[in-house]
Amino acid sequence: MIRSELIQKIAEQNPHLYQRDVERIVNTFFEEVTNAMARGDRVELRGFGAFSVKKRDARIGRNPRTGETVHVEEKYVPFFKTGKLLRDRLNGKA
Amino acid sequence: MAGKTLTRMDLSEAVFREVGLSRNESAQLVETVIDLISDALVRGEQVKISSFGTFSVRQKSARIGRNPKTGEEVPIQPRRVLTFRPSHLMKERVAEGNRKQNA
Repeated sequence: MIRSELIQKIAEQNPHLYQRDVERIVNTFFEEVTNAMARGDRVELRGFGAFSVKKRDARIGRNPRTGETVHVEEKYVPFFKTGKLLRDRLNGKA
Repeated sequence: MAGKTLTRMDLSEAVFREVGLSRNESAQLVETVIDLISDALVRGEQVKISSFGTFSVRQKSARIGRNPKTGEEVPIQPRRVLTFRPSHLMKERVAEGNRKQNA
């Protein structure tokens, strides 16, 4: 399923909404999650999962091709942990 | 990351602000988004949201695990797990935003 298919399904379930508004709803949803993480906040959606930001410490890396050492700066990466209910549903337990 | 935690309520509030539906309907629509994504994943579909990221379901085979506390061997059943791979844009925005904030 891709973004446009998700929008299409919501539009079908909600015939009273304008397509334009459905697009804004879906875009706002994902935009808010990304904005929160860009601020360093977490987004916890019980039953589905939680988005958070993890810090990766600076390290000495190595170019695997040349063997040359390179300094890799500390960085912040997005992280998702699946919620318990969804994890169970994926395995037919809920 | 001394950040706060957002919930469904914050996402509903954003939809309410941006789209101008009632608070109640905004909350229902946020739930619908979550439900439709979950249902697709449970069916085994990949969910690919451009400029956000990709949720995929992966099959893990059975293996022998170990209770780290007791050292006891325990069988781990084959199972399906969900992985999320953030898009380049999200990675950039998260890296950039937190770098500035913590500089």
